[in-house]
Amino acid sequence: MDFNIAHEIHAFRSEVREFIEAALPADISRRGRHDYHSRRDDVQRWMKILNKRGWSAPHWPAHLGGTDWSPLQRYIFQDELRRARAPVLDRCGLDLLGPVVCAFGTPEQQARHLPPILNGDLWWAQGFSEPNAGSDLASLKTRADLDGDHFIVNGQKTWTTEAHFADWIFALVRTDQVAKPQAGISFLLIDMTTPGVTRRPIWSIDGANTLNEVFFEDVRVPIANLVGQAGHGWSYAKFLLAHERTTSSVVSHTKRDIEQIRHLATLAKTPAGPLIGTHAFATKLAKLEAEVIALEWSVLRVLHASEGDAAGNSVASLLKLRGSELSERAALLAAEALGDHGVAAMPLSESDDATPKELPPIEDDEAIGVSAKAMFRRAATIYGGASEVQRTIIAKSILGL
Amino acid sequence: MDFTLTAEQQALADSVHRFYEREYSFESRKRRLASADGFSRDLWRAIADLGWIGAALSEEDGGFGGGPIGNALIMEGFGRALVLEPFLSTAILSLQTLAHAPCSAVRDRLLEDIVAGKVLVALAHGETAANGDAEYVEAVAARRGAGWTLQGHKSLVLGSPSADVLLVTAKAEAGIGLFLVDPAAPNVRVQAYKTLDGCRVGDVWLDDVVAEEALARPGSGLAPVLRGLDHALVGVCAEAVGAMSAALTLTRDYVKLRRQFGAALSDFQAVQHRMADMLVELELSRSILYQGIAGLASPNEQRIRAISAMKAITSSAAMFVGRNAVQLHGAIGMTEDYAIGHYYRRLFVIAHLFGNESAHLDRIVRTPATFWPAVS
Repeated sequence: MDFNIAHEIHAFRSEVREFIEAALPADISRRGRHDYHSRRDDVQRWMKILNKRGWSAPHWPAHLGGTDWSPLQRYIFQDELRRARAPVLDRCGLDLLGPVVCAFGTPEQQARHLPPILNGDLWWAQGFSEPNAGSDLASLKTRADLDGDHFIVNGQKTWTTEAHFADWIFALVRTDQVAKPQAGISFLLIDMTTPGVTRRPIWSIDGANTLNEVFFEDVRVPIANLVGQAGHGWSYAKFLLAHERTTSSVVSHTKRDIEQIRHLATLAKTPAGPLIGTHAFATKLAKLEAEVIALEWSVLRVLHASEGDAAGNSVASLLKLRGSELSERAALLAAEALGDHGVAAMPLSESDDATPKELPPIEDDEAIGVSAKAMFRRAATIYGGASEVQRTIIAKSILGL
Repeated sequence: MDFTLTAEQQALADSVHRFYEREYSFESRKRRLASADGFSRDLWRAIADLGWIGAALSEEDGGFGGGPIGNALIMEGFGRALVLEPFLSTAILSLQTLAHAPCSAVRDRLLEDIVAGKVLVALAHGETAANGDAEYVEAVAARRGAGWTLQGHKSLVLGSPSADVLLVTAKAEAGIGLFLVDPAAPNVRVQAYKTLDGCRVGDVWLDDVVAEEALARPGSGLAPVLRGLDHALVGVCAEAVGAMSAALTLTRDYVKLRRQFGAALSDFQAVQHRMADMLVELELSRSILYQGIAGLASPNEQRIRAISAMKAITSSAAMFVGRNAVQLHGAIGMTEDYAIGHYYRRLFVIAHLFGNESAHLDRIVRTPATFWPAVS
């Protein structure tokens, strides 16, 4: 064991920080101070800048447009992006689909789909959850039946993040109705403009539309859009969810939230002086900070562990569970720091016409979107495997109960 | 960074494991706890012969250069087996305090004797009014001739009933000094008692006690004590990780065996989820222990945050794991004859030692800092 950070790692962090500070456009950076969801045009501009530097998908293999960075370097890169409040990139394309296409796609699929993802030209949505297949994903019903050189897709996906932006969707579909639930699933790439695809926005309790329902009615998908082998979709989905096993900790986001809380609570007034100086609030914040430090060092342990390392697996199992809890707690504390205005309805997006335009008299950039974020983060312990499912997995796979 | 043990570290961990497997059955531990010292002097000599007392010290101080990781490996193993010998009080707290004290002939000889297992030393620093604030001292030092006289009351002095030497902090005009006191000297009273886990501690009263020599003159005594405490905090958190880990294993084995309502307790989801939360607390404590060890080498403010974050998290985790280990055992967990209650009692003591969760959260509040490292 040796906990000293190598000189090269320090140097790498400064290289990344310098690049971001110089390259991130000022107007995007200013909007990043709001807790809005990033605008699509901001994300696209930023991705083109990153792509020019060769940094839009560092975790992909170098020959497909990625880098040969170590897991620690990739983590530091993400950490610095969050520090600078750069727009959150198209996660579905870069983090979820990209690695699957890199690993299991044909050369033709790689050549067609990867470059537009890297450059932010095409956006992807993830079609996994269905009305009756949430945490129990293997019970999904959307079916794809072979008809010549096409699949005919019928069914419904839901909770589809950013599907209203998306140009394409990667979906888990059932291609074999008699096989065991997990064995009959395939991984299909579907152009959202294909006839028979419709989408309906879901307005969530944060007052925003990030989630959608997607319907498939006799949608014809070329067989060339099947990734890997038919019936192996479940293992690709598992690969995808495990690929960056530290991402689900969202620890850098929560670190950024804590800086924001400190900022807001320094400005917030109480009869006894700034809120940050009051004992109960300061103690809550200190406790959250300590927990985030423990989470971050858990991430570091996982980044340095090899696959199949028992200690590494044990600590990896907590990242989503605890990371999502801390993420929500940070958002709740930020809203608390706003006092009266912490309950004011504020949109999470600048571009939504349907959200109220009347805003409370909040002048600080960092206060905008905070209360909506508190609502949005209620989902953190639900998506990506609810906390109850995570605990069962830990009990069974790590503790052997 | 590397989170795997080097060959040397693995050899040390293995050797600690063999030691407690050989020496620490539940019954032999119980006998040792019931003896006058509450531990075995023979085993203390064995620990010295194994070279562990000076494991963390630099070679110029007569140690083996294993650093705080060496101590953490030893303490984690000792936590697993609830080892009773005064490693924390003598080999970490007192030894590290002395190692950070100004060089002198007395200091050097004392270091040598401690490492050789010849003397037991206790640091008499904490006071009841300090309430976990490590910088607070009321005890007073006054000049008398070439030496000093000391006046004050030190509370919860670990290892003091068996100590051959006391290191005492007291305040003069120039600040806090560190003094050498013979516990058998006139006007020194050690009121021995047990902590909840059966370990011997004492409160020490000094009523005009003559101290020939200051190990660190007033004004320079606090710094080495704070460094000693930092190392002791790392040590006690490593011990907690070992004890939590053993408690979790005992509990897992028990819930798989015990049947109620026609099923093993481990089949009930409420039990599974509680144990998952215990594992999470254990792993987070291990992560933040490593962070604390790294923090020992950081500049002052960062070090305070690193150490206090470690202790705040570990105190809370120790209570959570300890309490729930008893809970999942049911009534048998409350009995003296069953191991799990002993683990809970030790974890309870650890959670409160050298500042509880609240005291360390307060320290974090007082030393705000950003998460992101500065870059050049």
